[in-house]
Amino acid sequence: MATTSEAVPVRPTRPPRSFRSGALTTLLVLPASLWYLILLVLPLAIVVVMSFGLQGKFGGYAPGFTLDNYASAFERLTPFTTSLILAFAGTILCLLAALPMAYFIATRAGSRKSLFIVLLVVPFWTSFLIRTYAWLTILGPDGLGGFIGDVVGDSSFRILGTPWAVLIGVVYGYLPLMIFPIYVTLERMDRTLVEASKDLGAGRWSTFRQITLPIILPGLITGSILVFIPLMGEYVIPAILGYGRVFLVGNQLVLQFLESRNWPEGAARAVVLILIMLVSIIFYLWFANRGRKTREVSVI
Amino acid sequence: MSASAEPKAASGLPAVAGAAGAAGAAEAARRPTPARERFGTLVEGWLRGHTILIYLFLYIPIIVVVIFSFNATNRRVTDWQGFSLKWYASVLSDKVVQSALANSLIVATSTAIISAVFGTMAALGLQRAPKWFRRPFEALTFVSIIVPEIVIALASLVFFSSSFDILNPIFGLKLKLGFPTIIAAHALFNISLVMLLVRARLSGMDRTHVEASYDLFATPWRTFWQITFPQLLPAVVAGFLLSFTFSFDDYVITTFVSGAGSTTLPLYVFGTIRKGVTPATNAVAAVMLLITLTILVVGQLVVARNARRAGGRSAATVAEMITEQSG
Repeated sequence: MATTSEAVPVRPTRPPRSFRSGALTTLLVLPASLWYLILLVLPLAIVVVMSFGLQGKFGGYAPGFTLDNYASAFERLTPFTTSLILAFAGTILCLLAALPMAYFIATRAGSRKSLFIVLLVVPFWTSFLIRTYAWLTILGPDGLGGFIGDVVGDSSFRILGTPWAVLIGVVYGYLPLMIFPIYVTLERMDRTLVEASKDLGAGRWSTFRQITLPIILPGLITGSILVFIPLMGEYVIPAILGYGRVFLVGNQLVLQFLESRNWPEGAARAVVLILIMLVSIIFYLWFANRGRKTREVSVI
Repeated sequence: MSASAEPKAASGLPAVAGAAGAAGAAEAARRPTPARERFGTLVEGWLRGHTILIYLFLYIPIIVVVIFSFNATNRRVTDWQGFSLKWYASVLSDKVVQSALANSLIVATSTAIISAVFGTMAALGLQRAPKWFRRPFEALTFVSIIVPEIVIALASLVFFSSSFDILNPIFGLKLKLGFPTIIAAHALFNISLVMLLVRARLSGMDRTHVEASYDLFATPWRTFWQITFPQLLPAVVAGFLLSFTFSFDDYVITTFVSGAGSTTLPLYVFGTIRKGVTPATNAVAAVMLLITLTILVVGQLVVARNARRAGGRSAATVAEMITEQSG
């Protein structure tokens, strides 16, 4: 800021931090803070408390303290392991599908880049539910499922209701979330580094591995987290494409909260789910920042 | 520009050859051998083919839904009996669909307004807030975005029903699940979303205009509305539209915190596909697609026009803003 000397006329600068400006700041952040406190912190706290409680006589919750809910969550781990396997497989497939595409758009699309991006945003912008159930027609007995069944000569062949259908739906649903962050890091990357590497005699593959990959790693990590986390709690895709037979944590939570109304047991499972996610995020970040001096990769 | 040393003869896309007069040894090192060149062409072809395939993968399901919504059949949805609009007519005159559509519009509009206003306010306030407040606030923003929707959904259900159980007898109220609970729960994620978009815009903003405005003796209030707000507008608009869309399309949270009489379109669609996909379902879905895509196009136009008026510093389209934000 300009220092006021005698030659320069005194000008009004930004108002100093005063009581009034403090009140204004408070007023500005108040609604969002209330939202976070009442609709995020408090509900999550209630879930944690409830996870140690008893089931009410008519469902719901009765006060008490027990670890039985956690015991039963750990007794039946299948939904968790199914979710983990599917989330890993889905994340890796999304990575494999997204990386070449993001690379192509960032480096080869030229002046048509915006068009390519808009074409990516449209599916992202359309309803998740509709995009998911569309696969019922495509994979169904009149679609791909029936076709493959005819080819292999097995009339009982089905894709719907199997983990494969869920995997296809998952990759389809979450792919845009993987492409965007990878594209952004590739787009911001200094391309002259690639030129330099080539000038020094490095081939395509070694240039990609030694220059491009380390630079875009934060994008890969962000994308993986954006895909992996919601996938762990996915409900809609297994319910529709897995016919509820592919039973994930999400399905179990819906069952316990909306149908059997065993809230404390459901709450314990939700807490376990959150813990698994926290551990995975921490592991991801540790893995990504391994061997780096500064912490470069964060999620937001 | 070009990532490779090989000429782009194979790809029809414009690319600038990177070799700009590098001398001697370097030139020899990067001179493509026939084997390398063939490999290069293969890689280019694969990149292109892969991208095209993924675009097909992304669009085919949407196209299938739209096409089969025009099927005249009364039987199976894939049994093509000719083009017809009859399912649209039957769906749009269906009272249940009408009320679900109205409910969805009420919920999405309210969520978008609340999120845009409070999210923008929070972004502006956070700039001036002290660190001890900012850090936990940012942590909560992170939590609200990263926690799976289903956890937010069940936590909201547990919270609403237990607080209603406590409040209703004490104050003699009849609070129950319905529009307000859906909107409040939807707004949580979307306030964070708008806040992130607006903050990104704020941090990239040119301070000199604000300084100039103060130099010209404008009040903070006037400076805000004449200088800051117009620059933020694209982010606010993008946030509003994204919130509207997310709320309009949401199934998981809505199914947990909706009550009798607050069925939205996604809930309706989910209910019907359990009984099997029909052309009528596809017609409802196509109407939903039409609404959200209209929103996207309108948003693109508004934001692009605003960017041009602001001097065209960046072609800040909704699409690019989403892309940037996820980075």
